Amino acid sequence: MELVKSIVTPVSLDYDYVTGRAQSRFLRGIAEGRILGQRCVECRRVYVPSRGACPRCAVPTEEELQVSDKGTVTTFCIVRVPSENLSFTPPYACVAVLLDGANIPFNHVLQECSLEDVRMGMRVQAVWKPAAELGPSMSSIRYFKPIAEPDADYDSYKEHL
Amino acid sequence: MRDVAIVSFAQSAKARDQRNEVEILMPVVREAVKASGLPRTEIGFTCSGSSDYLQGQSFAFVGALDAVGAWPPIKESHVEMDGAWALYEAWIKIQTGDVDSALVYSFGKSSPGDIAEVLALQLDPYTVTPLWPDAHSLAALQARAFLEATGKSERDLAEVAVRSRRSAIGNPHAVVSGEFDVAKLLLEPCVSSPLRAHDLPPVTDGASALVMVAGERARKLCARPVWIRGIDHRIEPQGLGVRELARSASTEIAGAKAGVHKGRVDLAELHAPYSHQELILRAALGLGESVDVNPSGGALASHPLMAAGLVRIGEAALRLMARDGDRAVAHATQGPCLQQNLVCVLEGD
Amino acid sequence: MGERSAVIGIGQTKYDAKRIDVSMPGLVREAALAALADADLRWQDIDAVVVGKAPDMFEGVMMPELFLADALGAAGKPLLRVHTAGSVGGSTGIVASSLVESGVFERVLCVAFEKQSESNAMWALTVSTPFSVAVIAGAGGYFAPLIRAYIRRSGAPEDTGIRVAVKDRQNALKNPYAHVKIPGVTFDQVMASPMLWDPIRYLETCPSSDGACAMIFASENKAAKSPGKPAWVHATAMRSEPTMFAGRDQVNPLAGRMNAQDLYAKAGITNPRREIDCAEIYVPFSWFEPMWMETMGFAEEGQGWKMTYEGATALDGDLPVNMSGGVLSSNPIGASGLIRFAEAAMQVRGQAGEHQVDGVHKALGHAYGGGSQYFSTYIVADHKP
Repeated sequence: MELVKSIVTPVSLDYDYVTGRAQSRFLRGIAEGRILGQRCVECRRVYVPSRGACPRCAVPTEEELQVSDKGTVTTFCIVRVPSENLSFTPPYACVAVLLDGANIPFNHVLQECSLEDVRMGMRVQAVWKPAAELGPSMSSIRYFKPIAEPDADYDSYKEHL
Repeated sequence: MRDVAIVSFAQSAKARDQRNEVEILMPVVREAVKASGLPRTEIGFTCSGSSDYLQGQSFAFVGALDAVGAWPPIKESHVEMDGAWALYEAWIKIQTGDVDSALVYSFGKSSPGDIAEVLALQLDPYTVTPLWPDAHSLAALQARAFLEATGKSERDLAEVAVRSRRSAIGNPHAVVSGEFDVAKLLLEPCVSSPLRAHDLPPVTDGASALVMVAGERARKLCARPVWIRGIDHRIEPQGLGVRELARSASTEIAGAKAGVHKGRVDLAELHAPYSHQELILRAALGLGESVDVNPSGGALASHPLMAAGLVRIGEAALRLMARDGDRAVAHATQGPCLQQNLVCVLEGD
Repeated sequence: MGERSAVIGIGQTKYDAKRIDVSMPGLVREAALAALADADLRWQDIDAVVVGKAPDMFEGVMMPELFLADALGAAGKPLLRVHTAGSVGGSTGIVASSLVESGVFERVLCVAFEKQSESNAMWALTVSTPFSVAVIAGAGGYFAPLIRAYIRRSGAPEDTGIRVAVKDRQNALKNPYAHVKIPGVTFDQVMASPMLWDPIRYLETCPSSDGACAMIFASENKAAKSPGKPAWVHATAMRSEPTMFAGRDQVNPLAGRMNAQDLYAKAGITNPRREIDCAEIYVPFSWFEPMWMETMGFAEEGQGWKMTYEGATALDGDLPVNMSGGVLSSNPIGASGLIRFAEAAMQVRGQAGEHQVDGVHKALGHAYGGGSQYFSTYIVADHKP
């Protein structure tokens, strides 16, 4: 008699995900090709994407403003290992971008750049989907690409490492 | 043992909240901290309870730290359990002498997924989960066993529901409340025999938070601090076939260890998501007819899963603070069919 | 601190990619029974149980400690389930010790485990919400940019990480429980391994393992009755900070530094480099060794890499680190933190066999989790505090 060593139980659960108010405003902005941030009334720092609260001060963030879609790469890594769920096919450069006007970087992907040229301090710009395809999702920004500006000074972004 | 008192409590509950978990939690934590009179930075320890699976995301509790203000860095821990057990961990921490106060919070949204189905994952993955017994059906098995063992009827269950909904009138956090007629309710179809819709917990999104302080300081912060005189929790084996479903042995033990009968019990907040479970718990804790059970309406009126147990403790504490009694019992449960239970004895100053 | 607490029993399972020979109950019992045997105790002698585990999606079971209650002899007892992300193993040990220090319990069993082969850990870590773009490929993808930032800040030579990996993998060969064992592992072999998330190579990365670790903490009274040498808990510390906020230092987080300060203050330690004999530190990617050496105050900021370079952290160095082979060699995520605590206690108790360091009186166990934001640490010694 053969022992049963394992069984496979497929699990499928559907969730209705609620973005919440702050993220909803941010995504609506993205659908219009605008990147919105929120400023904390206490520490005055600007959070992008807006999250409704400043984690440092534990207060709700209400003041909304638009930030540039140009920014600086503060740090990065080259992803070479494939995985389910990834939106891009490795190898690709995952970059932390500090947008001009924001005080916190967020992650996205760098394209139109050879992997060896990716470096800290690079100046980059968002490449958006065509206007007709914009929607309330971060994927409305297809990726970031390098722009012809001199690299940012290390001191200008070192506190974001 | 150090004397520890609850000095504040806050909660939020809605059938379907359009805010995300952090947005729901933040005002609740702020309210509890503000009402405590302790500046956030003076709170010694923070402990929370929540479940990743409710949110459908790993590390779901990490985002919740944003609501709390963990800067400068705090002494903090988290249990993948109802907030009542987070309170227990915090109480233990105070007993060690490492800290003198604690913020406890918990949150959960039941509306995003099909909660009864999600809870089927809380079972033995090899032999039970593949059958996908939803939570309501498991409770129904227990209800059937209870009715057969005690001779109680479906009418008795409906009466629990009617009384709970009536008590919930005026509770701003109740999702279900009002005057209902037992006979009319009994005409409704069963969801999972012998349970009907009124016997089940309402789907609720919510959060709860409270602040506890050790010793004399509690009196300086709160007009009538509520002392935790006893607290204990026990777990039973999960398998439905290996325990007596018509009684709650672990609640009996926890109640005895917590010292429920060392004094008169004025009111009790019992975490009974299903109507028959209130009757089981009453019996387990030896609570007579004179005890006011679930003056808030209980879990049948509002059930923010993962926060509901802490809410029982908070509701009981608020009533003692308001001098609606001097001594109370609060209870929390988790796991299928009252598998794990916590009992807390509270006394107003 | 309240009552004294001591480690009187330790048990580990053999760590492997897939422990297909046991179910989850079998896995946790393997560790728990070993700990009970080590302490010469029976299930009935345990007063309370603490279970630690990382996200439940790693096994596809919600709150598995519930169905495991009877497997762990917990029926009729208090049971707690801790979850503090990657640091959970450490937090589990601290909660268990707290239960004893509170004076409420005398013998507490804690078990931390992960049977991640039953689900898909990479998937569970990358599950994202709609509206977002999944660009971060697992933990490595999250930490690689931080490591790059450390290299930039410290000026550390690019091969520092390789040296850590070689050391830990050589140590693993002396640990009967270790998952990844590469006999004859060399520097060139690590360097030649595929680059996964630049600058992290395959052999500089932790594996995904199934496994469980169990420890028994006891009161002074019960420790006196125990057959083995107790490892006395001198201090425990937990600190957390938010994942992301403007201006956060993720490379040398304040929560990590404050945790270390709190730990040493409680243990009466003023010169950790000199007073601690060895350490088990949570290093899932090689570069975390130099980084945590700085955070834990063993080296000045920017100088941690020198400890690796000078051989200070080698098995025969002046502060051996990860004698067991560390997280790089075995990584059942929920258990990894407790394994650090267990291995530190084993050193104090003289139980570490081939990877035992001579003359250990005081050892440190460290765990971290989340986005380098949760820290749980403890110090054990062969004498009462």
